[in-house]
Amino acid sequence: MSSPVTTIDAGHGDHGHGHDAGGNTVLGFWIYLMSDCLIFAILFATFGVLASSYAGGPTGKELFDLPYVAGETLILLVSSFTFGVAMLNMAARKTESVISWLLVTFLLGTGFIWMEVREFTHLIAEHAGPDRSAFLSAYFTLVGTHGLHVTAGLLWLVTMMHQVARYGLDGIVRRRLACLSLFWHFLDLVWICVFTFVYLRGVL
Amino acid sequence: MLGKLTLDAVPWHEPIIMGTGAVVALGGLAVLAALTWFRLWGPLWRDWVTSVDHKKIGVMYIVLALVMLLRGFADAIMMRLQQAFAANDAAGFLPPHHYDQIFTAHGVIMIFFVATPLILGLMNVIVPLQIGARDVAFPFVNSLSFWLSAFGAVLVMASMWIGDFAATGWVAYPPLSELGYSPTTGVDYYIWSLQISGLGTTLTGINFIVTILRMRAPGMKLMQMPVFTWTALITNVLIVAVFPVLTATLALLTADRYLGMHFFTNELGGNAMMYINLIWVWGHPEVYILILPAFGAFSEIVPTFSGKPLFGYKSMVYATSSIGVLSFFVWLHHFFTMGSGANVNAFFGIMTSIISIPTGVKLFNWLFTMFRGRIRYHTSVLWTVGFMVTFAVGGMTGVLLAVPGADFVLHNSLFLVAHFHNVIIGGVVFGCLAGISFWFPKVFGFTLNEFWGKVSFWCWLVGYWLAFTPLYLLGFKGMTRRMNHYDHADWHPYLIVALIGAVIIGMGILSLLIQFYVSIRDREQNRDLTGDPWDARSLEWGTASPAPFYNFAVLPEISSVEQHWADKESGRNLVQPTHYEDIHMPKNTGTGFIISAFGFVLCFAMVWHMWAIAGVSLLGVIGTFLFRAYDRDVDYWVPAAEVEAIENARYALLKKAA
Amino acid sequence: MSTAHSQPHADDGAHGSLTSYTIGFLLSLALTGLSFGAVMSGAVPHAMILPAIVGLAVVQLLVQLVLFLHLGSAPSQRGNSVIFLLTAALIAILVSGSLWVMHNANLNMMPMQMSAEHAMAHE
Repeated sequence: MSSPVTTIDAGHGDHGHGHDAGGNTVLGFWIYLMSDCLIFAILFATFGVLASSYAGGPTGKELFDLPYVAGETLILLVSSFTFGVAMLNMAARKTESVISWLLVTFLLGTGFIWMEVREFTHLIAEHAGPDRSAFLSAYFTLVGTHGLHVTAGLLWLVTMMHQVARYGLDGIVRRRLACLSLFWHFLDLVWICVFTFVYLRGVL
Repeated sequence: MLGKLTLDAVPWHEPIIMGTGAVVALGGLAVLAALTWFRLWGPLWRDWVTSVDHKKIGVMYIVLALVMLLRGFADAIMMRLQQAFAANDAAGFLPPHHYDQIFTAHGVIMIFFVATPLILGLMNVIVPLQIGARDVAFPFVNSLSFWLSAFGAVLVMASMWIGDFAATGWVAYPPLSELGYSPTTGVDYYIWSLQISGLGTTLTGINFIVTILRMRAPGMKLMQMPVFTWTALITNVLIVAVFPVLTATLALLTADRYLGMHFFTNELGGNAMMYINLIWVWGHPEVYILILPAFGAFSEIVPTFSGKPLFGYKSMVYATSSIGVLSFFVWLHHFFTMGSGANVNAFFGIMTSIISIPTGVKLFNWLFTMFRGRIRYHTSVLWTVGFMVTFAVGGMTGVLLAVPGADFVLHNSLFLVAHFHNVIIGGVVFGCLAGISFWFPKVFGFTLNEFWGKVSFWCWLVGYWLAFTPLYLLGFKGMTRRMNHYDHADWHPYLIVALIGAVIIGMGILSLLIQFYVSIRDREQNRDLTGDPWDARSLEWGTASPAPFYNFAVLPEISSVEQHWADKESGRNLVQPTHYEDIHMPKNTGTGFIISAFGFVLCFAMVWHMWAIAGVSLLGVIGTFLFRAYDRDVDYWVPAAEVEAIENARYALLKKAA
Repeated sequence: MSTAHSQPHADDGAHGSLTSYTIGFLLSLALTGLSFGAVMSGAVPHAMILPAIVGLAVVQLLVQLVLFLHLGSAPSQRGNSVIFLLTAALIAILVSGSLWVMHNANLNMMPMQMSAEHAMAHE
């Protein structure tokens, strides 16, 4: 969301504002992220309640392929690191490097989504879709919601790569990259909880 | 392409609905004709629809609320009529399935589209003025939030004539709300209208937290904010904390209904209790979201018309914060009877009783403020005293219900219905009407007619007590809620009295509308020339009435909790600044409206399973948002000379009045 | 690829450095490996696996919060850290409360295959 007062870099004698308008946006985005945390918390709580409701259908132990999940985890973790490198390049005002590292992050994120879509379609083909049992409904919804967030992040990454190319690393673009960086790292945080409480715990 | 939508979706054979539709259509056409005749489309779009000004957005919220109040009240009158007639052999005029939709719509509309917009509207108009800011932190998002809410209301209204509405009660418990038992579009309308307006409310929460934390005028410490702003802060924290729970819970119900999942179904492992648990995790803090701004309004009105500073400012802040924190520990009291056992019930029962204590602190603070004050009985003070008496009783019946043993007898009886109407009408409605009465001149530049205000108050007060005291008694006699028909002849007289009370409330609403008409008609005689018609105390009263679009020409330096009062005592309020600078303001934009319109089409298409249209609308939402992301022409500068001209006129008026 | 800042600037805690991102990455890698290893290798006694992976997850969350999201007590980050802690507290209350409520509700559910006498004998 663009705050109107940041076409001028905050703090440049903005005539009595007395506040850092760019900081407002990042704070607002952080608070939004906390509300998103709450959505995930509810999905985790629901998963916790329904985790053994197999309804005679397949269990996590039967379905989850841990090495595959380890692969997904690795890809997402590396993408978090590559985004960090992109931010370091942004601080150093290296426009081309920023775009490159955002692109690497985007490709890794796409790889993650591709792996997850493969996993989901495979499960559905094996009659272990979200309509089979409450456990599977909760699994698909929790993991799927995370995947939808990653997909939104991918769209945002593409937009930012374009905006960096078009506008350079001006105040608005840097502020938005800061928000995207919070978002992208936060998705890896949620994934830590997913692989721990859904996959690893699910096979115990 | 049109999914499930056919001409059969219109309830041609329901005379009440078609009759209402005819009236609404005629009224709507009259409005459209008037807009065209008076050439108001341009100003409507330029000055209101595309406005990002918090003052205008706040007014639109309140207008939305008052319009939806008429619909919600119509539902109430129909219920009272049905129950006054449907005793023993009489069946009344509303068949059960229609009656069920009416009480569901009544609850949904009153909570989401009357009470919520009322408090959001008041906070929108007042908070930036009270903290010395020029607008909220994210003006575009503010516009988006309003239009999302407005289109949510439109979606609910559409359900009356295209399809049906949910018949599940306003919290839509599964399994009744699942596809198996609610196969029609009703629950889908419910889901999507709440999701779209809930998104708007959540965005408002974020907006106001950032505004209050980061945009206060120089020198205004947190403990120097007016109490209304404090209640606004805590309300918005509650909003951001719990609306995500509503979003997630409704999404899970949506997954069950649209994707065949089994979160809350009876089959294949679903657990309907989890919905009940989650919906009240949201539902309880929601009622505190509604009441806290009302408390805030009273905290401004009482000192003003008592001529004394608020008693116990610090304890007010701590009490409000405690209420906010405690509101997360009580939700199970909405379902004591649902089998969680004695230990769980005991914990939540005790926590619920505890939460009455900080509310009591606030009540005593208001009373101590009035004690030895010189009280002027403006309409807003009448609303306040009416609130104190009415809400106190409602709070007490709440503490009674907090005892699980008592609740086992009274849960889902009319006693419960009377209790929550007691606190919502006595608290939220009285508070918002008091706030409107108090702050109206600040927004529109003239005062409301006192006579019709007082008539409205007395009708509401008498009407409320007549309508709901019988319900308390009926609850003790064993009558349950949501009854379309009953066989106990001795219940009948009570329900007739309740109907009379409802009619008197209707007269109160009518008086309110008359009050607006008369006030607008007589506005020139009642102009507020100084900006401070009540000799009030907080910062918003230091601006002109109405405030200029930029609020403050020069951001004020704050050193007191009642800065305007201090300025009047020192004479600083009459001293015009010597130097003005250019002011940075956000540009109006239609993007908020357009995104919300696409959102409305998306939600309507989802209700009717029109997948292609839904997909295109989703693209419209995203595309318009991206368009905004590439828009770099979003603000402008107001030249200092223009500011100076407006301010010169203001100070000239002030000096003339002094 | 150079990540040195082109001009010195006051580190207000809002940025990382290549060092901090690399340490964060390597720590996360190790912690993830330990978690997957705990479950897949069979080296950890069964009763200890769940506490172990939960503990490892908490540590990795903290690692990433501090090293990737820059949470901490630096002046520019203090507000975000407080907001995060409050959110975490709220999540703890709502999730544990819900699990407690639902556990008790499920306990009191009528068993499907038992007769009434059998059920009462279990009280």
